[in-house]
Amino acid sequence: MDRHRKTVHLTVNGVEYEREVEVRKTLADFLRYDLGLRGTHLGCEHGVCGACTVMFNDSSARSCILYAVQADGADILTVEGLTSPEGPLHPIQEAFRKHHGLQCGFCTPGFLMPALELLVEKHGPTEKEIRNAISGNLCRCTGYAGIVEAIREADAMWERP
Amino acid sequence: MKPAPFEYFAPESVEEALDLLEQHGDTAKILAGGQSLGPLLNMRLASPEVLIDINRLEDIAYIRHDDGYLKIGALARQRTIERSLLIPKSWPLLYEAAPYIGHPTLRNRGTICGSLAHADPAAELPAIATALDAELHILGPEGERSARPEEFFESYMTTSLKPEELLAEVRFPPPRPRTGVAWLEVARRHGDFALVGVAAVLTLREDGTCEAARLVYTGVAPVPYDAREAAELLAGEQPDGESFDAAAEKAAELSEPGSDVHASAAYRRHLIRVLSRRALGKALERARGEGDGSP
Ligand SMILES: Cc1cc2nc3c(=O)[nH]c(=O)nc-3n(C[C@@H](O)[C@H](O)[C@H](O)COP(=O)(O)OP(=O)(O)OC[C@H]3O[C@@H](n4cnc5c(N)ncnc54)[C@H](O)[C@@H]3O)c2cc1C
Ligand code: FES
Ligand code: FES
Repeated sequence: MDRHRKTVHLTVNGVEYEREVEVRKTLADFLRYDLGLRGTHLGCEHGVCGACTVMFNDSSARSCILYAVQADGADILTVEGLTSPEGPLHPIQEAFRKHHGLQCGFCTPGFLMPALELLVEKHGPTEKEIRNAISGNLCRCTGYAGIVEAIREADAMWERP
Repeated sequence: MKPAPFEYFAPESVEEALDLLEQHGDTAKILAGGQSLGPLLNMRLASPEVLIDINRLEDIAYIRHDDGYLKIGALARQRTIERSLLIPKSWPLLYEAAPYIGHPTLRNRGTICGSLAHADPAAELPAIATALDAELHILGPEGERSARPEEFFESYMTTSLKPEELLAEVRFPPPRPRTGVAWLEVARRHGDFALVGVAAVLTLREDGTCEAARLVYTGVAPVPYDAREAAELLAGEQPDGESFDAAAEKAAELSEPGSDVHASAAYRRHLIRVLSRRALGKALERARGEGDGSP
């Protein structure tokens, strides 16, 4: 095989995939263009804005500064995997909707991941802990208050697995 | 955005990684957390021909307590500092500074050794390693060598690592008795690189006077600024507002900070003065065992 290409096997939202990729392809581009999962957004493409955040083996990670080859064998969760297309929204999404945690929604898939990570790790986080968890994500619309409120409500409503 | 084409290797053992480094040396880059290298590649500020991804080397992802030392392997993530039970007790300076390194999501992947190898002049860990007299253990074609921080950090993003070498481990020496530490930092927003950050280490004698001190800064020089002359003013003195002011003044006077879009040299000097005084005060409280000792 071309030395700039490799085959990767990975699981995304519970589905297994095997694909050949150019090794310089970012995980974000792979998810969006090779798998058609456009819910993961790209803002800055150099690790600053957080729009591209996904779960990588249960930890939040920026997919624009990971390469698809690095995900060989990994388990990835994107916004599409939070709930089924027909199903009700995930409790965190529902809380974002209720508390105006989004306006344009561009940043939202990225915010959901550290929110999920925080709530899985911790019950009853303080406002400071919530703000810290999402501190690496930028939102140009909401002013963050609604997002913090949403995560607080999701903490109360979501019966965690 | 796309990096320039590169060839990719994901070695399964340290030996394999070292072989690859020896083979590709100059044209290769190690990929650890990728939180600094990724942006550089995407913006094509770096375009290595070969990437050697060490993320499969789980056996060097350790943080362990051994012989009194804290030993941290090349793949240990920054996030593990915050989750450790041992570090806040015995190496509180590391614990106190870790939350200032970017944001939680970045620390999930960013490594401790990667930050040292990257040697950003505004990064926290190089200053911490200097203040705590860490030892850097390096593997290469000629075997193992070790370096002290003042030898390791050579200049702006430049270390004494050769292209074929791997920073395999960083070791922090055992904590000293009657010693208090503090990390303080000012950045434009929490998680941004520091405008100025300071590590203060203060050791008292039994009689309560000052035995020794260290003041090491990030953000003010190409490498961590180790204000030895300033810290030495404290030896033998009563640790109080007066002696702290003198040390802070000296540290600011001897510093040579630059001006950039983020802050002027004068403002950075002002921060050195203010932060040093506060950090010494906090370190003193902890050295005396006041409060709960935790950061
Ligand atoms: C938005 C943003 C904000 C940030 N804020 C901060 C901050 O406030 N403070 C801070 O300190 N950092 C900050 N960083 C950088 C930090 O996140 C990185 O983790 C760290 O600088 C590099 O560690 P890494 O493991 O990601 O290394 P990589 O990015 O993988 O590598 C960095 C460099 O070091 C080399 N290298 C890595 N490991 C080794 C090794 N074991 N031996 C030899 N060479 C090696 C690589 O080849 C590369 O040249 C920020 C990054 C981003 C994207
Ligand atoms: S697109 Fe990845 S952090 Fe901005
Ligand atoms: S909702 Fe528009 S950027 Fe956050």
